Amino acid sequence: MIEVTQLAKHFGAVIAVRDVSLRAADGRITGLVGPNGAGKSTTLRMLYTVLRPDAGDALIDGHSVVSTPLEAARRLGVLAHGAGLYPNLTARENILYFAALHGLARHTARERAAELIALLDMEEFADRRARGFSQGQRVKTALARALVHRPRNVVLDEPTNGLDVMAVVALRRLLAALRDEGHCVLFSSHVMQEVSALCDEVVVIAHGTVLASGSAEEIRARTAAASLEEAFVRLVAGSEET
Amino acid sequence: MHALLTVFAKEFRENLRERRTLISALVLGPLLGPLLFAGGLSLRIERGAAEGDRPITLAVAHGERAPNLLSFLGEHGVEVRPVDYDAAAARAAVRAHRHELVLAVSADFAQRLEGGTPAPVLLYADSSDLAVSGTRARVAALLEQYASLLARLRALARGIDPLTLTPVAIQDIDVSTPSSRSVLALGTLSYLVLLTMLMGGVYLAIDATAGERERGSLEPLLTVPVRRELLIFGKILATCAYMTLSLSLTVAAFAVMLRFTGLERFGMSVNFGPGVGLAVVLCCLPLVPVGAALMTIVAASTRSYREAQTYIGLVLIVPTLPLAFAGAMGLRPRLALMAVPSLGQHFLITSLLRDEPLPPAYLALSVGATLGLAALLLAVAGRLYRRETLLG
Repeated sequence: MIEVTQLAKHFGAVIAVRDVSLRAADGRITGLVGPNGAGKSTTLRMLYTVLRPDAGDALIDGHSVVSTPLEAARRLGVLAHGAGLYPNLTARENILYFAALHGLARHTARERAAELIALLDMEEFADRRARGFSQGQRVKTALARALVHRPRNVVLDEPTNGLDVMAVVALRRLLAALRDEGHCVLFSSHVMQEVSALCDEVVVIAHGTVLASGSAEEIRARTAAASLEEAFVRLVAGSEET
Repeated sequence: MHALLTVFAKEFRENLRERRTLISALVLGPLLGPLLFAGGLSLRIERGAAEGDRPITLAVAHGERAPNLLSFLGEHGVEVRPVDYDAAAARAAVRAHRHELVLAVSADFAQRLEGGTPAPVLLYADSSDLAVSGTRARVAALLEQYASLLARLRALARGIDPLTLTPVAIQDIDVSTPSSRSVLALGTLSYLVLLTMLMGGVYLAIDATAGERERGSLEPLLTVPVRRELLIFGKILATCAYMTLSLSLTVAAFAVMLRFTGLERFGMSVNFGPGVGLAVVLCCLPLVPVGAALMTIVAASTRSYREAQTYIGLVLIVPTLPLAFAGAMGLRPRLALMAVPSLGQHFLITSLLRDEPLPPAYLALSVGATLGLAALLLAVAGRLYRRETLLG
């Protein structure tokens, strides 16, 4: 479970996140949606302990990212923006490196990597060097790397960016499977169809503030819009008027 | 600690697969440096040797005015080639490199010689042509010798003991040992050793920091539950490993190649067996973490791979500055100077090659001061990785 209370972060004069509170429950998929520059990535980066919040806190299964960042990080699987791999290591070695950094024993790590490689349908390229991987292959490898330590909570920053239809469908299936196993899944996106197709909970943010949260249906009803997309447009436009 | 070793093992292995690293760290630096050095050295020795016994061909204008001088020169191995030049033609001939030297005998040579006044001969040479300077010196020395022979004969003819013409007897006593003489020639060796050692770590230092950020793998790395200092220390340790490999290979290459330079023929010996080689490596080891941490800090502070390369190029010069300074000032080992990193190592290497061990206190100060600096730089690197601006 991820509980965020009043997070704030600025870079110099730019306020990236003003006031974000949200709750992502276990066994649910929570979508963080917002226009470009809304503060989605900055919020997630504070959750996965790469940035320190200026104010507020986030608890990962009850562990504060501010006071006990290592404990919080242990309970998170992260697909960071960009999915950078080590080009001279094979996909499998990339996964095993992160397994070792998470403190997994060697044979446990090997078993788990093999399991994920099968699950994500990566056999074909698992033992090839990552240099020259397609975007789909890169994301799969990064995903396996994020899940290798069986994290209770999974955070993904724009995971479908640059993926083809087949890969998007496979990713959705995987996220749904994680939810059904009781994991807490939190991901960011600016694609509304994706969010309405997949999410149990939606959090709309713009200008570093939460505009609305609830199920897609609740948000649509509250804004009296015909679709989630229209609800989103109204919310963002409304926040810009004020 | 486990995480540090994990990072170390991964960086070490990954870079082992990078052809660029391997070639620059383990082939080019360690072989090319010593090869050029030994090649240049033996070329210089060969040339020096050839210079000494190469027959001199000397163009002489109006040699008929000084037949005795000519036969003196002939006896001393000078091949005289008569030419018919006036002053202007002699100048032009030397300037156009038709002759290295032209000796012109003046019209009143014989008359002045007879009269006991200085008889002029003119030696034309181009002092900007370095290749000629050796020959010029040899001809000038022969002319001096001829002049002093005449002087002694004159004194004898006037009933004066020729020895009175030599009021002061100068004797050169060279106290250099064969090893210390070769150090003159090996002056740049420690410079090359230190430079190659640093170069061995350049690629990894950049790749593991600026390169990692540019590829987008730094952010995922920072999400793992590991203290950030351990991540950077693992990277620095891998850089140290490559630098140590590079250092060892360079020293080994020097030890092998200097056997073929023929220094012994000139009464110089190279004190550079396996034992000395090992001692040289050990003396340089404390400088390895200093260089690795320094390069890592610089590379991690830059925004891109290219920028990192530019700054590292400058950083490579820093450790060699004390050596250049010491060379220019002619500094000799003193206890206080041993505390200067890289200068201390230079003195230690030189003393090993000269076979003149420095006192243990010198060694202790050099090792202590260098390791102290290494600890300081490691602390700075650790702080750098805790800063979030690291992500750029």
